Amino acid sequence: MSLLREADSGTPIRPSHEKVTLTIDGASVTVPKGTSVMAAASMAGNQIPKLCATDMLEAFGSCRLCLVEIEGRRGTPASCTTPAEDGMVVHTQTQRIRDLRKGVMELYISDHPLDCLTCSANGDCELQDMAGAVGLRDVRYGYDGAKHRTEALDASNPYFSFDSSKCIVCSRCVRACEEVQGTFALTIDNRGLLSKVATGTDDFLTSECVSCGACVQACPTATLNEKSVIELGTPTRATVTTCAYCGVGCSFRAETQGDTVVRMVPYKGGKANEGHSCVKGRFAWGYTNHADRITRPMIRKSIDDPWTEVSWDEAFAHAASEFRRIQAKYGRDAVGGITSSRCTNEETFLVQKLIRAGFGNNNVDTCARVCHSPTGYGLKTTFGTSAGTQDFKSVAAADVVMIIGANPTDAHPVFASRLKKRLREGAKLIVVDPRSIDLVKTPHVQAAHHLGLLPGTNVAMINALAHVIVTEGLVDEAFVRERCEPQDFEIWARFVADEKNSPEAMEQFTGVSAAEVRAAARLYAAGGNSAIYYGLGVTEHSQGSTMVMGMANLAMATGNLGRDGVGVNPLRGQNNVQGACDMGSFPHEFSGYRHVSDDATREMFESLWGVELQNEPGLRIPNMLDEAVEGSFKGIYVQGEDIAQSDPNTRHVVAGLRAMECVIVQDLFLNETAKYAHVFFPGSSFLEKDGTFTNAERRISMVRKVLEPANGLADWEITIRFAEALGYRMDYSHPSQIMDEIARLTPTFAGVSYEKIEAQGSVQWPCNDSAPDGTPIMHVDRFVRGKGKFMVTEYVPTEERTGPRFPLLLTTGRILTQYNVGAQTARTSNTIWHDEDLLEIHPFDAESRGIREGDLVALTSRSGEISLHATITERVQPGVVYTTFHHARTGANVVTTDYSDWATNCPEYKVTAVQVQRTNRLSDWQQEELDSAERLRRVSDGLIDAAE
Amino acid sequence: MSADKLVRMANQIADFFRSQPEDSAVAGAADHMKSFWNPVMRRQIYAHLDAGGTGLDTLALDAVKLMRTGDPVAAKTKT
Repeated sequence: MSLLREADSGTPIRPSHEKVTLTIDGASVTVPKGTSVMAAASMAGNQIPKLCATDMLEAFGSCRLCLVEIEGRRGTPASCTTPAEDGMVVHTQTQRIRDLRKGVMELYISDHPLDCLTCSANGDCELQDMAGAVGLRDVRYGYDGAKHRTEALDASNPYFSFDSSKCIVCSRCVRACEEVQGTFALTIDNRGLLSKVATGTDDFLTSECVSCGACVQACPTATLNEKSVIELGTPTRATVTTCAYCGVGCSFRAETQGDTVVRMVPYKGGKANEGHSCVKGRFAWGYTNHADRITRPMIRKSIDDPWTEVSWDEAFAHAASEFRRIQAKYGRDAVGGITSSRCTNEETFLVQKLIRAGFGNNNVDTCARVCHSPTGYGLKTTFGTSAGTQDFKSVAAADVVMIIGANPTDAHPVFASRLKKRLREGAKLIVVDPRSIDLVKTPHVQAAHHLGLLPGTNVAMINALAHVIVTEGLVDEAFVRERCEPQDFEIWARFVADEKNSPEAMEQFTGVSAAEVRAAARLYAAGGNSAIYYGLGVTEHSQGSTMVMGMANLAMATGNLGRDGVGVNPLRGQNNVQGACDMGSFPHEFSGYRHVSDDATREMFESLWGVELQNEPGLRIPNMLDEAVEGSFKGIYVQGEDIAQSDPNTRHVVAGLRAMECVIVQDLFLNETAKYAHVFFPGSSFLEKDGTFTNAERRISMVRKVLEPANGLADWEITIRFAEALGYRMDYSHPSQIMDEIARLTPTFAGVSYEKIEAQGSVQWPCNDSAPDGTPIMHVDRFVRGKGKFMVTEYVPTEERTGPRFPLLLTTGRILTQYNVGAQTARTSNTIWHDEDLLEIHPFDAESRGIREGDLVALTSRSGEISLHATITERVQPGVVYTTFHHARTGANVVTTDYSDWATNCPEYKVTAVQVQRTNRLSDWQQEELDSAERLRRVSDGLIDAAE
Repeated sequence: MSADKLVRMANQIADFFRSQPEDSAVAGAADHMKSFWNPVMRRQIYAHLDAGGTGLDTLALDAVKLMRTGDPVAAKTKT
């Protein structure tokens, strides 16, 4: 249920080449074949009364309010379940119909509390609306429905309450949970007047509910209602914007009262999410005004000093003078910066511009370094561009889906709901993952094959799959002949056909039976449209880039590219990680993935920016830290990233930061990195600025300012002011002008403008003269590089090995309710579900170590040691342990190593040899952090007025 | 950056290109390092090469030598 409602046609309207024309209340309307009479009426501007119908759900035909009369037919059919037909003549407002509807409403209202004036849904209640629409003036049965009012309110969920006394049992919530979310947490218990919505447990909190909010959105009354609405009242304004969590990039309506956000409601017009959401985007936005938020700039001479609040002018002047001092003393290349995948395209573009043009070097990198940099390298090498091939809705046309190293139900939940819907329709699923992720077996979904390989053996697995395809004659020869480099294919085919790559030979590495691998390969190659979706379980390995190329090989060999339902699709971690990469955040390339040594490209940038630019790659993040420890890198500007928590081998990261003379952090909070900073620029939240994000399907969507920045400046304005203080002027008065510059300088963005995004709702790059409306699916007729390039992908085991001291393999990942380093979600009520990182350990490994459920255990690697609580589960296989990295106090990356991908230096987070044993204390590192955290975050008492 | 780390990186790159067609293995590894390593790293690996190149496997060694040919930053290290 939502105020400022989007149009609701009552039932879904799906495209069809065939049209039908009918007459509804005298008006002729032509609609796609298969459209319901209710939706057809809606398309003609005629809203038929309804309660159990909403266009997010399939027709149900339960409430009997949408009855109509159809000439030549008997009775009064429900318009929601009756398909429109050619020549049909429909009447929606006859006396017979009016009487029936009024009678239905009398029954509903006789059993519904009439506390409308004090109800939280007052003015935003479909039951109230329908009472008005049918002209209800009296209820013959009285108003004292016996069953209601006695039901206790279920307020267990932190974000919404369930008031059964207001329920009309329309089943919209149950159907939303099934059809939209795919969790099946709700049901209708009992029958007749006793029927009620039930979770199967005592309350919502202890149920299977994942708090996606679909049921709340579907509810036509106040039965399921946001607590923020109950507290604040109904919103009065809505602004469509884009979520700042994962790379799905859901569109939301930020609904407000004045300068207060009341709720975030998924926007049906958003093409990435089509009206669905997850617990993070829907509810976990409270961090934006959390008490920890820093809103005034601060500086300090030493990290041992307390912070001093200063004006923006002082902060910029101080930061600029420090960077100039460092460059004068140590050289131009002694400073650098990191762009943020949480910030907008425009902000990211400005930071890399500041570094290249203002600092005068290419020492710019981005957090994609530690997540999807191998995606960029691998897909550019094989296909010619650094991005996924499909749009999200493409999965609806997939017959076989292979999920590799990704956990969509936790990390990309809204995409997972699309995927589960397709799987319920009959598509087959192959999961390649060391853990039994939820998708292996979840209600109405069961993977056909779970290839539960050992961490670090992805390439062995992809080669084994390819071996089967090549040796069993499953190659799509026509596709390969027409679309790919023939010589490269021949070399690759000979390589994978070698017996050493057979499933039988690779079994010793992967631990997966050859028969299972062969069956999975056959299914992928011959099952129809086959699509690969993958995550950081692919990229964060020493052979991350090799594996990306291996997946591309597989898709090319089977012809699974260039149309709906197929492709190779990275599930990007952060909201704008695709955009940050597109915008030239890597040290070796400008926006649009063009190398800095390319003279023609560089001269174009030099001409527009008015400075000479370096033609050599700059330092990557790990290189910056290495050089800092060595003593030659002295200053860094970090926008919206917390490298002291997110990057591997924390002790090394901290040593690098401590060795620098000026660390500038721009963030919402004093994060872990800020403990070692000398300048703090308070950042603005996604609700406080204009710009664009680009999601995993290359979709550029608007971020719109809902509130004024609490810190006084949007992040793009901070970068401009810092640049000016450094003596490099940037003339922009609105982010749209930055996008115009991006379009001028970047061929794949040549056709992108705010006007176009506003007109189309969103745009998928490439968008230029060849594709003026954007490109939902890439490589349709030809690859970006021309012919697809097969690459030989020899399996090379990681140097990180288990042994007597460290006999287990640790792999890391995310959980649904938390996000990355927890800077956002750990400051919301999502901690009710996950307030600490736990170590998953198999019962066998736990028993042999005397570990019981909930024990505090020491997790030790060659890099370091942390303590955390253990949970015993068969979700992990024997020999493998798993944890998340969401909570700073855990310090999961203290134990990860600095081994990295051969091509991009993306850290090998997914494979660390460890030992686990019971303990009764925090690790030394954790204790040191606990002892020093407060000291390193002190703010001086003598506050300076920051108002300008 | 420490020589050990650079050697490990060079060897990892060599490991990948070793399996590519013979005529492109050394050139591929050299081109990769040239494209992605900044001048400081390249100078450091040249210096390590001059010091004997300990730890570099054969392909990595050849690739570093090839990369050095025509690399302007090589002039800043002794030959």
